Amino acid sequence: MTDLAGLTLASPVLVASGCGGTGRELEPYVDLAALGGFVTRSISLDARDGADAPRVVETPSGLLHAEGPNPGLEHFLATELPWLVRSGTRVVVSIAARSLGEYAELARRLGRAPGLSAIEVAVAGEPFQAASVVAAVQRDLPRGLPVLAKLRPDLLRVVETARAVVDAGAAAVVVGDSQPGALPDGRPAGLSGPAVRPIALRCVVEVHAALPDVQVVGGGGIVTVADARTFLDAGAVAIQVGTALLHDPTTAARLAADLTREDVPQ
Amino acid sequence: MTVHVTGEVLDAKRVGAYLHLTLVAPGVPERFRPGTFVSVTLGDSAHLARRSYWIHRIRTVGGYGAAVQLVVEPSGAGGTWLASLKPGAKLTLTGPLGRPFALPKEPVSCLLVGEDWSAAPLFPLAERLRERGCSVTLLVAGRDEAHLLSALEARRSARAVTVVTADGSVGQRGRVADVVKEALARSEAEVVYAAGPHDTLHAVAQAAEEHGAWSQTAVEVAHPCATGLCHGCPVPVVGEDGVARVVRGCTEGPVLRGDRVRWGELT
Repeated sequence: MTDLAGLTLASPVLVASGCGGTGRELEPYVDLAALGGFVTRSISLDARDGADAPRVVETPSGLLHAEGPNPGLEHFLATELPWLVRSGTRVVVSIAARSLGEYAELARRLGRAPGLSAIEVAVAGEPFQAASVVAAVQRDLPRGLPVLAKLRPDLLRVVETARAVVDAGAAAVVVGDSQPGALPDGRPAGLSGPAVRPIALRCVVEVHAALPDVQVVGGGGIVTVADARTFLDAGAVAIQVGTALLHDPTTAARLAADLTREDVPQ
Repeated sequence: MTVHVTGEVLDAKRVGAYLHLTLVAPGVPERFRPGTFVSVTLGDSAHLARRSYWIHRIRTVGGYGAAVQLVVEPSGAGGTWLASLKPGAKLTLTGPLGRPFALPKEPVSCLLVGEDWSAAPLFPLAERLRERGCSVTLLVAGRDEAHLLSALEARRSARAVTVVTADGSVGQRGRVADVVKEALARSEAEVVYAAGPHDTLHAVAQAAEEHGAWSQTAVEVAHPCATGLCHGCPVPVVGEDGVARVVRGCTEGPVLRGDRVRWGELT
């Protein structure tokens, strides 16, 4: 059992945002309830179509992904969230907004939705901006519903940002998000997968060293149980698996099973 | 239901420009329906995107039971790697994936149009349609003879077969768009099934509409994950309600109604 942000998780393995579809697509390959949790794709107030094709492009040992689609809060609450809750997994809803007002609105409405375990919010930009987003979300959530702040694994300011978001009320930090990159045609995209793993690991190490009392969820190119173990050994209390699921949809199940097996005393 | 399994290469046969790859893939043959596909994980860690291939047919191989046969063009990272595999090599694949061709309830007349390797799923479809008493007409097209999937084999399950090649090396010289209207009129088809490049599918869908036939098009786009997880294979469509939407080529597709795809916006 893993304890994260006051929640008891069945496993330290969570599905990272944007890599588990709506949850239903993963069902043939994993018992979602046996995982630590499922982080949804980022949900905004209004529906978004996502970037034009090509949207996901292969790059050596990584994938570049432009913005994906999301059905908007209304549709998500009506169709996707109830299914996820019923699957028995811990549901962490990732949110995306263009203004603090929108973040607050998302928090208010999600806070009333039954079955939710936590909110994840990806924060980019300066530490004070990250902190104000976390504060805006936190303020409008009911007590006991934790906020996980997902940080860019940017070594220059990841520690400072982690400190700022925790001061603003984040219950834990997720390190980290994809690296900023560009598609071959120049459109902005995130780079994820094994290509970014050493960078993410370094950031986990630094955040844990500077802020040993802050819970860190590690992620970035985790594929094997050895990779997962590396992040846990570096101080992460849990891990997120994302890109590896696109390559092999059974990854989360395999990691959860292997980590549990390793936990058994010899 | 779909399975994610370790498969094994049984044999690889060069047929024209293509490789016909027969694989043992436990759980896949019995779930196969024409129009579904498998997605292959490349054997090196540098290529993370998966590669989708049509299931061409289900073959019974002595000692192994049912095996799946794929048609692979040996080019690009995926095709080159698959072409390098020797019998006995292991590979990871997921399948069958996607929505198959919808079969008519009545024994109607059907026209099946396939171009290059994309004609692969039409052969098992022709068999299923014939089993249902449908009259099947095939229109098989290719760049040239080497890129034409075996029309000989097709003659067994079709009433009539038309062959066109862009260079005229076999059959009529031309493209699908040049001959599809005539084929529709001659076959009096009520349903058209098509698989091929986007411009071919667009031409077929348009011709079907004008002719008053239903069209089912197997839309090929790159599938980074092929399982619906990444939303990386967008296909612009118009929903039943007339609202423009973007769907996943792997999960809501690959077979979509030809009159629902916004062909002009498909890249």
